[in-house]
Amino acid sequence: MSETPASMSAAETAQAVSSRKITALAATEAALARIAVHDKVLNAFTDVTPDRARAKARTIDAEIAAGKSVGPLAGVPFAVKNLFDVQGLSTRAGSKINRDLPASPRDATLIERMEAAGAVLVGALNMGEYAYDFTGENAHDGPSRNPHDPARMAGGSSGGSGSAVGGALVPIALGSDTNGSIRVPSSFCGIFGLKPTYGRLSRARSFPFVASLDHLGPFARSVKDLALAYDVMQGPDTDDPACVARPVEPTTPLLTEGISGLRVAIAGGYFQQNLLPEAVEAIACVAKALGATQVVELPEAARARAAAFIITTTEGAALHLDRLRKRPNDFDPAVRDRLFSGAMVPAVHVDKAQKFRRWYRARVLELFQSVDVILAPATPCTAPKIGQATFTLDGVELPVRPNIGLHTQPISFIGLPVAAVPVPLEPMPIGVQIIAAPWREDIALRVAYALEQMGVVVAPAPRGF
Amino acid sequence: MADHLDDYVNAAARAMELPLDDAWRPAVCANLEVALRLAKLVDDFPLPDDAASAAIYSA
Repeated sequence: MSETPASMSAAETAQAVSSRKITALAATEAALARIAVHDKVLNAFTDVTPDRARAKARTIDAEIAAGKSVGPLAGVPFAVKNLFDVQGLSTRAGSKINRDLPASPRDATLIERMEAAGAVLVGALNMGEYAYDFTGENAHDGPSRNPHDPARMAGGSSGGSGSAVGGALVPIALGSDTNGSIRVPSSFCGIFGLKPTYGRLSRARSFPFVASLDHLGPFARSVKDLALAYDVMQGPDTDDPACVARPVEPTTPLLTEGISGLRVAIAGGYFQQNLLPEAVEAIACVAKALGATQVVELPEAARARAAAFIITTTEGAALHLDRLRKRPNDFDPAVRDRLFSGAMVPAVHVDKAQKFRRWYRARVLELFQSVDVILAPATPCTAPKIGQATFTLDGVELPVRPNIGLHTQPISFIGLPVAAVPVPLEPMPIGVQIIAAPWREDIALRVAYALEQMGVVVAPAPRGF
Repeated sequence: MADHLDDYVNAAARAMELPLDDAWRPAVCANLEVALRLAKLVDDFPLPDDAASAAIYSA
């Protein structure tokens, strides 16, 4: 076991708390102390909730003392992207405007499920405004910073989630992923992230962005922690119309089953373009470790990314139309200008994009008849510098912000489950997407776990502060 | 860039009751130009007339 509560994994903390080697309060205080010291650099948190956290920790300790059963995350500190409703806080969703909302009367479903498993919420995390972002920068709260180099982006839009877990302030964080907002910060911050199948985890009482594409999911520093968090959050929820009525399918017991017999392929074509050398190296490392040589083509991936872009900009504009009319000066100007544009895209294009989505889904699902896992880059490059406006991909200078998600958008577009795994390259880590068929998070996590056991993927210790 | 969209953006802003400031118009036009270019990529893909939308609804 690690030496101090602050450096323990979630699994180690829960085991230590349950067996009374440490108290939940001690684990909570360690996280709060680390946040107090290091968040001055990382700017991952927008709200720290020490009173609530200490009260919850004391309750867990009392239950243990009384011989009651506590959950698999007993005493584990966690934090959530600030688009999750937290009782008593206004759900700002990275915006200035939402700070005027009344305090939330109830936690988001996923917070309730994490706390029912014994986890301790310690705060809410920075994010790109209204989740329309890949950088982790925020015009109102300042940028969340990369734990391996604070001059670099944490990635977005769940930038605070990536920064907090990458910086080991908390072992688990929750975020959202519409086009890549879990996988991009995972890649830039060198941590594990799980974007589950669309509809798998409840989004109830979280602030939406694009209902057709929004997913919620966990970040962690190990695959076991990722699976533990994912498992306790599963289950139907009538408060989210998109959440399916599937039973809970635990993945943690399956992690050690190994990958023998799994058919692993590498995404070709579109997914091998627009990459800097580090992204190519990361895919090669993972493919070599898994013995993957087969290349599969996801048909029309560029059109899939384009269709995801259209659905995103138009649904996002519809969501914010009233705010655009009444408070345009209170948006991040870059977000406002994208949403204004989205409001002007003719509806015929949205209809076509949704029809193409169904076509593309059917073609990609055919691939999973002959493979179990597809590998793809998570980002075109390691984390750019904060404020960097352009990068050069395949000889073409492109704006950074919309193009960071080139390789994530065609995957979330059809809701496939993805485990993002960190390859610890020097000087900065970078992620790879482990993509599985719908509802097969267990397979993506098994492959991630096998890679972790081989030492090919690992969350590097933060060294930027 | 995107000058040809100026008239459309002005008209759409009025029709949609969006308070478009003159200073924002170049960025809005540039964003719309990108969106329409990507929309064309999708539109150019042939789909059958009976293609079903992926929008979510169940009665």
